[in-house]
Amino acid sequence: MGIVQAASQPLEAQDSTSEIVNDFSIQVATVNGSGSQTANAVLMRAIFQMGIPVSGKNLFPSNIAGLPTWFTIRANRHGWIARKKEIDLLVAMNAETAREDVAQLQPGAAVIYDQPLKLEAVRSDVHWYPVPFDELVVPVCPQARLRKLVRNMIYVGALARLLDIDLEEVRQALFKQFGERKVKAAELNWGAVQAGHDYAAKNLPKTDPCRVERMSANAGKIIIEGNAACALGAVFAGVTVVAWYPITPSSSVIEAITSYLERFRMDPETGRATFAVVQCEDELASLGTVIGAGWAGARAMTATSGPGISLMAEFTGLGYWAEVPAVIIDVQRVGPSTGMPTRTMQGDLLSTAVLSHGDTKHPMLFPSSMRECFTLTGEAFDLAERFQTPVFVMTDLDLGMNNWMSDPFPYPEEPVQRGKVLSAEDLKRLGGFARYQDVDGDGVGYRTLPGTPHPAAGYFTRGTGHDERARYSEREDDFMNQMDRLSRKFESLRGNVPEPYLDEDADAHLGLICVGTSRYAVEESRDQLRREFSTPTSYLRLRAYPFTAALRDFIRRHERVYVIEQNRDAQLLLLMRLELDPEDIARLRSIRYYGGAPLDARTVTEEIVRQEGR
Amino acid sequence: MSAAAATPPKKANRIGLEVISYKGARTTLCAGCGHNSVSERLIECFFELGVPPWQVAKFSGIGCSSKSPAYFLGMSHGFNAVHGRAPSVATGALLANRHILGVTLSGDGDTASIGLGQFMHMLRRNVRQICIIENNGVYGLTKGQFSATADAGSTLRSGAVNELPPIDCCVEAIQLGATLVARTFSGDKRQLQAILKAAIVHQGLAVIDVISPCVAFNDHEGSTKSYAYMKEHGQPLHEVDFVPSFEEIEVEIEDGAVREVTLHDGSRLRLKKLGGDYDPSEKLRALTAIHEAARRGEVVTGILYLDTGRKHFAELLNLVDEPLATLPESRVRPSRQALDQIMEELR
Repeated sequence: MGIVQAASQPLEAQDSTSEIVNDFSIQVATVNGSGSQTANAVLMRAIFQMGIPVSGKNLFPSNIAGLPTWFTIRANRHGWIARKKEIDLLVAMNAETAREDVAQLQPGAAVIYDQPLKLEAVRSDVHWYPVPFDELVVPVCPQARLRKLVRNMIYVGALARLLDIDLEEVRQALFKQFGERKVKAAELNWGAVQAGHDYAAKNLPKTDPCRVERMSANAGKIIIEGNAACALGAVFAGVTVVAWYPITPSSSVIEAITSYLERFRMDPETGRATFAVVQCEDELASLGTVIGAGWAGARAMTATSGPGISLMAEFTGLGYWAEVPAVIIDVQRVGPSTGMPTRTMQGDLLSTAVLSHGDTKHPMLFPSSMRECFTLTGEAFDLAERFQTPVFVMTDLDLGMNNWMSDPFPYPEEPVQRGKVLSAEDLKRLGGFARYQDVDGDGVGYRTLPGTPHPAAGYFTRGTGHDERARYSEREDDFMNQMDRLSRKFESLRGNVPEPYLDEDADAHLGLICVGTSRYAVEESRDQLRREFSTPTSYLRLRAYPFTAALRDFIRRHERVYVIEQNRDAQLLLLMRLELDPEDIARLRSIRYYGGAPLDARTVTEEIVRQEGR
Repeated sequence: MSAAAATPPKKANRIGLEVISYKGARTTLCAGCGHNSVSERLIECFFELGVPPWQVAKFSGIGCSSKSPAYFLGMSHGFNAVHGRAPSVATGALLANRHILGVTLSGDGDTASIGLGQFMHMLRRNVRQICIIENNGVYGLTKGQFSATADAGSTLRSGAVNELPPIDCCVEAIQLGATLVARTFSGDKRQLQAILKAAIVHQGLAVIDVISPCVAFNDHEGSTKSYAYMKEHGQPLHEVDFVPSFEEIEVEIEDGAVREVTLHDGSRLRLKKLGGDYDPSEKLRALTAIHEAARRGEVVTGILYLDTGRKHFAELLNLVDEPLATLPESRVRPSRQALDQIMEELR
């Protein structure tokens, strides 16, 4: 059975001359280190303030200054904010890439470009808006050394004019971006915005169809990066020890945590810190510090990316076997090896699930939005302490380092769950305890913290073989008992992880499954499949590993189920194969993308259509 | 320790515990292993100073020395972690609860090879704890390979000669920020005891390099970490006495013969001059003494370096007095208003 294209039903019938309102993507091609990030953030924020769903994605090099960078903004009145492959408006500021950037455009796209580049000679089927940036910047920025930075604001002004973005919204976005302490810089840049706007008004007659119109989709919403959202999740979960080693794209998790902790977690009476943040010598030491702190009872965490995860393998195994809580945020980037450090991927799923030697299994949580970055990071701390094991929060560069719209975060209503910890009073009552005994039948033993003032509190934690009283043992029955209990613990954990998000269509034969940021492309692809191919689909977005019965049940309700993910080897699907029955596995199909850019909907749709047509 | 030696230990110490409360499991190390002497001294010192065992946490990596935390202070929490990485585990635990007294016990392989990075960075942070290196110049558990502390020219039992220069853990410790640095010999009961006691009350990182011979693989002629070599070539810088804060000095020694240092809790370290006057507050002097002795084929022992003024890591981080680990939720989860305020700023 194949999918056939339905009598094409675009969103609305549009002939070539009609306007395209609130549905376009802008790509700004610049050189990194030129201050374009501020200009792009202002542009995105201005569209956001006009109530139009919008996303901004930075495709940047692993470099401080001088290499090509592309920033894409997508505005879409239906809320589709995944990356879109087709560019409607190009801002070509980088002489080095301009010709290639222009060559890749669809006919009918528009280009704002630096006039001396003379791009209009390249092709004739796009709209040209030449702007003499160097001429315009001189009067608004008398200081020559600042011109390189201010010049980018001119395209913001020109775009505002061409797209009908309210200039007052641009002004507000700009002053917010610079903050109260940089009013002078904001004023300088505002001058550049106005210069660009005025130039466009006088010299650039509108010929392309894209423009904005005010909506009210964003009332009450915030804009935040995923790394900052994870940071807030940790801060509001009461994190007390943070150990880390800088690595792109996770460093800003810790930088955000540090600044929020310094603001909100200084003891009001003594002015001293209720937290410790330690920049370690490497990722081994980071997780070692976290394991030590978690063992001693702190809510401890680290944040890293793939190369760091590789280095943490040994300590993760220790945490699993010695049963020590730890929270590890993995902001995934492109591997293997150093890979493409500033590009995104879901490439650590398989290796993290079984990180370290011997039989190990680790829970992973998969946030897909800013709110989930916040809530699932908080939940990771509860799971880690309840189940006394390392818990991984798997985000990615796209989620972590880009700005996203979000509903405000919910204040955590539930008290923090610190797990089974015996106090001196408990020990007085019990007389003693066996650290690794399964007293409650859930596989989770009771622990004590060092410093507990009771003669029976102490026990010896070790990475070597031990019995249930934590004594050294190489006996096969002791070892197998511990391994079996750890399996039982993992099953208990399975009953306590967040359930998947489910959107089922009663008419659908096809199911789609994904995690994390793949959702934006997959959700839009479902819309494309419905409109363009009259193919309804059901949708399951996993939020945790281990998987729950909801996954198996979903698969059984559908003829074919596509597992869509951002890696080469179908890692998510392989994890499912480890747990599912053969007849369920037989229904699974795989769609992978691993080019380093965020997944786009058209890639998913085309691949489903291709595989269904077979 | 002249004062304590004059009065043999009573049955119970000043907090009412008997010595048995400070013992651990029976050692599984070789008979005659220097590490067992270190365990015994630790038991005596913690007992005699009356430190509650539940205030102590022991850390180690992998190797013979790293097994030994199981053989003393059985009532204390212990964490036998991964090879070379005890310093990070200890750092985390001691930040989680700044009232815990940490004892990290590792060997020369753990410290100077696989764990050299962690060791160095622990030094920089001056984490308040006692770090004991049981240094025998050889890998015991893997049956006798050279370690990075083996002296150039020393030999294995097989006759193989080490051609590489050694890493001197005390030199690194002095240069990188440990605030009490000592070298001693497992066979010198008196000196080891006095140094351990000073380390227990020291408010900072104490690094003690204990030459602790391996009777199985490195106690032969040609080894510079053997009992015989240390007896012949060990060169004490001074005679070390420790006078705990709760004890009066019974014997006054004539002025000029003794250098006395008051430690954080009021205990006193008395360094009786032997030959020259050695000032352990001078870094360069300490480094010179180590290097000059090494050139003569000798090993200087005693308190090499002591700085009672520098802040330890928990102080540098400006931590609250209470253990971070057990702060109540009300002190670690910011208010609803705080979240509202943050959300407003992000609009």
